[in-house]
Amino acid sequence: MSIKTSRTRSLVTAVLATTALVLSACAESAREGNGGEGGSGGSTTFVFAGSAEPGALDPVFVSDGESFRVARQIFEGLVGTVPGTADPAPLLAEDWTVSEDGLTYDFNLKTGVKFHDGTDFNAEAVCANFERWYNLPESAQSDDLAYYYSVIFRGFATGPRTDAALYDSCTANGEDKVTIVLTAPFAGFISAMSLPAFSMQSPTALEKFQDDAAPDPRTTEYSTAQPTGTGPFTLGSWERGKQVTLEANPDYWGEKAMIDEAIVVAIEDPKARATALQNGEIDGFDLVGPADIEPLKEAGFQIVNREPFNVLYLGMNQKTEPLDDLKVRQAIAYAIDKQEVADASLPAGTKLASIFMPDTVNGYTEDVETYDYDPAMAEQLLEEAGAAGATIEFNYPTDISRPYMPSPEDTFNVIRSQLEAVGLKIKPVADVWDPDYLDKIQGTPNHGIHLLGWTGDYNDADNFLGVFFGAETMEWGFTNEELFSDLAAAKGIPTPEEQQPVYEQINKDVMEFLPGVPLAHPVPSLAFAENVKGYQQSPVQDEVWNVVTVE
Amino acid sequence: MSIDLPPAGGPVGGHYGDSEAHPEAGIDDEGKGLSLWRGAWQRLRRNPSAIAGALIVLTFVVIAIAAPLLAPYEPGSAQWSGEVTPTDVPGPDKDHLLGLDRFGSDLYTQLLFGARQSLVYGVVSTAIGLVVGAFLGILSGGIGGWVDTAVMRVVDIMLSIPSLLLAVSVAAVLGQNAYSVMIAIGAAQVPIFARLLRGSMLAQARSDYVLAANALGIRRQRIVFGHILPNALGPTIVQATLNLATAIIEVAALSFLGLGESDPAIAEWGRMLVAAQDRFDAAPRLALLPGAAIAITALGFTLFGEALREALDPRTRR
Amino acid sequence: MLRFVLRRLALMVPVLVGLSILLFAWLRALPGDPARSMLGQRATPDGIARINEAYGFDEPLVQQYFSYVRALLSGDFGSSIKTGRPVFDSFVEQFPATIELAVTALTLAVVIGVPLGYLAATHQGRLLDTFVISGSLLGVVTPVFFLAILLKLVFADWLTWLPTSLRQDPRIDATHPTNFYILDGLMTREWDAVWNAGLHLILPAIALGTIPLAIIVRITRASVSEVLHEDYVRTAESKGLSRRTVSRRHVLRNALLPVVTTIGLQAGLLFSGAVLTETVFAFNGIGNYLFEAISSRDYPVLQGYILFIAIIYALINLLVDVAYGLIDPRVRVS
Repeated sequence: MSIKTSRTRSLVTAVLATTALVLSACAESAREGNGGEGGSGGSTTFVFAGSAEPGALDPVFVSDGESFRVARQIFEGLVGTVPGTADPAPLLAEDWTVSEDGLTYDFNLKTGVKFHDGTDFNAEAVCANFERWYNLPESAQSDDLAYYYSVIFRGFATGPRTDAALYDSCTANGEDKVTIVLTAPFAGFISAMSLPAFSMQSPTALEKFQDDAAPDPRTTEYSTAQPTGTGPFTLGSWERGKQVTLEANPDYWGEKAMIDEAIVVAIEDPKARATALQNGEIDGFDLVGPADIEPLKEAGFQIVNREPFNVLYLGMNQKTEPLDDLKVRQAIAYAIDKQEVADASLPAGTKLASIFMPDTVNGYTEDVETYDYDPAMAEQLLEEAGAAGATIEFNYPTDISRPYMPSPEDTFNVIRSQLEAVGLKIKPVADVWDPDYLDKIQGTPNHGIHLLGWTGDYNDADNFLGVFFGAETMEWGFTNEELFSDLAAAKGIPTPEEQQPVYEQINKDVMEFLPGVPLAHPVPSLAFAENVKGYQQSPVQDEVWNVVTVE
Repeated sequence: MSIDLPPAGGPVGGHYGDSEAHPEAGIDDEGKGLSLWRGAWQRLRRNPSAIAGALIVLTFVVIAIAAPLLAPYEPGSAQWSGEVTPTDVPGPDKDHLLGLDRFGSDLYTQLLFGARQSLVYGVVSTAIGLVVGAFLGILSGGIGGWVDTAVMRVVDIMLSIPSLLLAVSVAAVLGQNAYSVMIAIGAAQVPIFARLLRGSMLAQARSDYVLAANALGIRRQRIVFGHILPNALGPTIVQATLNLATAIIEVAALSFLGLGESDPAIAEWGRMLVAAQDRFDAAPRLALLPGAAIAITALGFTLFGEALREALDPRTRR
Repeated sequence: MLRFVLRRLALMVPVLVGLSILLFAWLRALPGDPARSMLGQRATPDGIARINEAYGFDEPLVQQYFSYVRALLSGDFGSSIKTGRPVFDSFVEQFPATIELAVTALTLAVVIGVPLGYLAATHQGRLLDTFVISGSLLGVVTPVFFLAILLKLVFADWLTWLPTSLRQDPRIDATHPTNFYILDGLMTREWDAVWNAGLHLILPAIALGTIPLAIIVRITRASVSEVLHEDYVRTAESKGLSRRTVSRRHVLRNALLPVVTTIGLQAGLLFSGAVLTETVFAFNGIGNYLFEAISSRDYPVLQGYILFIAIIYALINLLVDVAYGLIDPRVRVS
């Protein structure tokens, strides 16, 4: 190649211009003096990849799993879970009693616990938190902000649903006793208190850094840089677009973290997460794609399965003919071979579903009508209903992977071919998950059968059945007053023990009525490098990393 | 994403014999046009890359049109979904020439019908771009004045963002279906054709024969349609051919971004590519075949388009 | 020269204004009530009212447009629906990543493409030429995302030498004052950070840079070839100047003009290519974020980012014109 000793001015100019543009963008010179710590040597770091960046660090205003993943390390609530299950266990509250009428809850709190800013955790702090939530300004009450408080406590001090508000009052009795009074019985209250949205946050820090009345409370200093809880980790830093860095809390009251630092990065594509693990760039990740499980296992990585606390179902919109005919719905149920669906599109170890909730939830029963795979029966029923060869719209989402529905397109395709095998004509309708699909399925009556699911938040049948069938919705399109009132009544039963037979009966009734076909309880999995030990999975994702070691 | 280039100064492919003179067929009714086209045809015939391009294009078109006849099965049937698992996608065997795809359809069938989709999308969107763009360009160049300025401002605005983003914005407004893709990509091509036709109008407005025709009192419309347009035909066809290549790629890109037709029963190479990603270990052919198909088809149109441009460009006569 | 620049800047303004009107109209043209489409599943009457108030959707259109422009001029490009984060902030944070990637890709394309095109032109008809022509042709027609997917999958599964996601190994504790990772590492002398960031740039840059590379090769080749045949070159040659001297003095200078223009045009390609490439490699730049905004219909982000990109695209084209004007004085007076 002939060496050009001088490039022509044009090329130089162009290159310089581009460089100038580049350099001019960094007007701030390096503020930090020397480079940071070396990273390796001495301190152990646990690098974990989730599927998206957290929305915000104040768990009151978010409802996505990634925000909660971080929140679980920093915050704790009154109630936790028994490791590996969805059952409630003491956490910041050592024990509690419920009054007979189910309205008054007395908590005995742990003593000697401090928030990360050094202030005390005590009964006064508990009441400060409850009062804060109840008194959130109207601008913060909408579902895209204080979603969980809205759903569980049903109303606030102000706003359109004040009358329905479940919270009555909070009284601090000394340092370590607190009494919460509700306006109506709610058997799931204790279980619900294990949700991250109801974590105890430092009132002092909230006062200083948070502004609930801000136009968007997710972008305040508290929500982005100063979350202050009692948990085994404190926030080191949140570099947007890069990672969240958590530091071990040396003053933690419980089992102190065995790692010095935890880093949470976001990698959207499941395959890219698997690759990053294989390259050693991360130590573990969540939401393993079904196609990656075997290859990772073979390469010597650990796959940890979460106990499924979810349900995947085929919903049917009874506002659309011929789905309003019970025989047609039954035919569809008989046409589906759930095992084939699971084998073709769901991870190994997935349990097939017979009702709309998993077996760990109070009120589970298998003593229901099951509609086992029987295509001949399906065809017969369709004939009887006069719907043989009918055209049905089948809605499904694209570009999404949920723990209960890892690859919707595959699931859709299997079911479609099964339905077409009994003579139905399927018209596929695909939409982007958010907002189109959700909006269409849950906000309009314009859909036929669809795939959806739900991961439970806490151990309460109402968190499944009530959410689905508690009232008339656009998703299911039916009015069944008996079912609605049964569910409403069940919700008001004071204790889980009394609720159990009631919910079992409701499950039977639901499967007779057959608003949809429960398909499976897919097993969500996590993957870890060989040298990561001690990770405790939780069906409700109450996974705190103080028990993790990286050798 | 235009892969268009300014006219090349040298041959695109290898050498070709230039020894035969280009017959200037004496004066005949058509005047200048005939010998240009005939000359172009003769040069094309001898250009290996033109032949290669034409062959590819022809194959593509034939496959696209004859897909129902060539394909052994129905598209998007997912009949064999029972044989597919997350880690195993059955490969070629006696029933399936290229094996199955991840949804359980016959891959060969999907590829064939994918050609059809690409052809339809490509042709329709290019046609939209051509018709609307030409209309604007002729209007602009023909009328001049503030109309010209206005139209050119609009064209500038459309060109101020990368064409893919323009297509994305349009597709977002129109919703997720086939029409939005075609209109979106067509919209992104409008500025190119508008500029081309306007330029042609302006360039020819000063040429002798137009001035003569004007002086003779021939109506403007007749001049435009009878003389200017036919002369602009060559470059327009070249541009359309090249844009078709781009359109085929952009359709796939929009599918990749999740816009456009989402029904898996309608095979489309771009979506096949997207769907193939997480099965790459198990079955790389699921990604390689549609991707290669897109590239080869675009290659065919590009080769042919460029050879055509060169064949029509009087400057390459040496 | 200054007048030239000012005139071009002045031309930019109506275009950008027109674009802002279009983008504004675009957001309102989206199917459904804008507040509803923004909230999606979580749309409740209070939520919708809140959005309507915050964005002023209940005001008359013209007034809305002017509020929009006023906000723009004060740096408020709206906020993401998903996170509430101001669009301006996230753009500024992610932009350096894309610039780093684009500059790397373009540099690769120029540094490899220009010499390659030149060689092909000076060895026309030989094996090298054929090879270059075929290769570049293939490069032009291969879709960016196909190449990106291939590279990612090959290097993820089979040849695990190069990282295929993120900009840097999370374990590396590096400070990022400017968010240009390479620059940051150089400034703070964290050499392992520089090396690591560089490794992460390689595959995305190859994917992104292939089409520009192919185009630059072809243009250089065509341009050099054309100039080589020009009369004045033949004159110079016949005067006895060695080919090498002729090349250096005449050919390159004139032949590179179209190349410079192309570099400006590549900017558009690089932006759209970035959207497709960054996603594949989980590379956190504006392309990746734009892709997520498209998937989740985060319209304020889309609107803001497209406007930003248009502004930058226009500035780059201006720079190219200036560069061109510096080389070829004839352009300045046109």
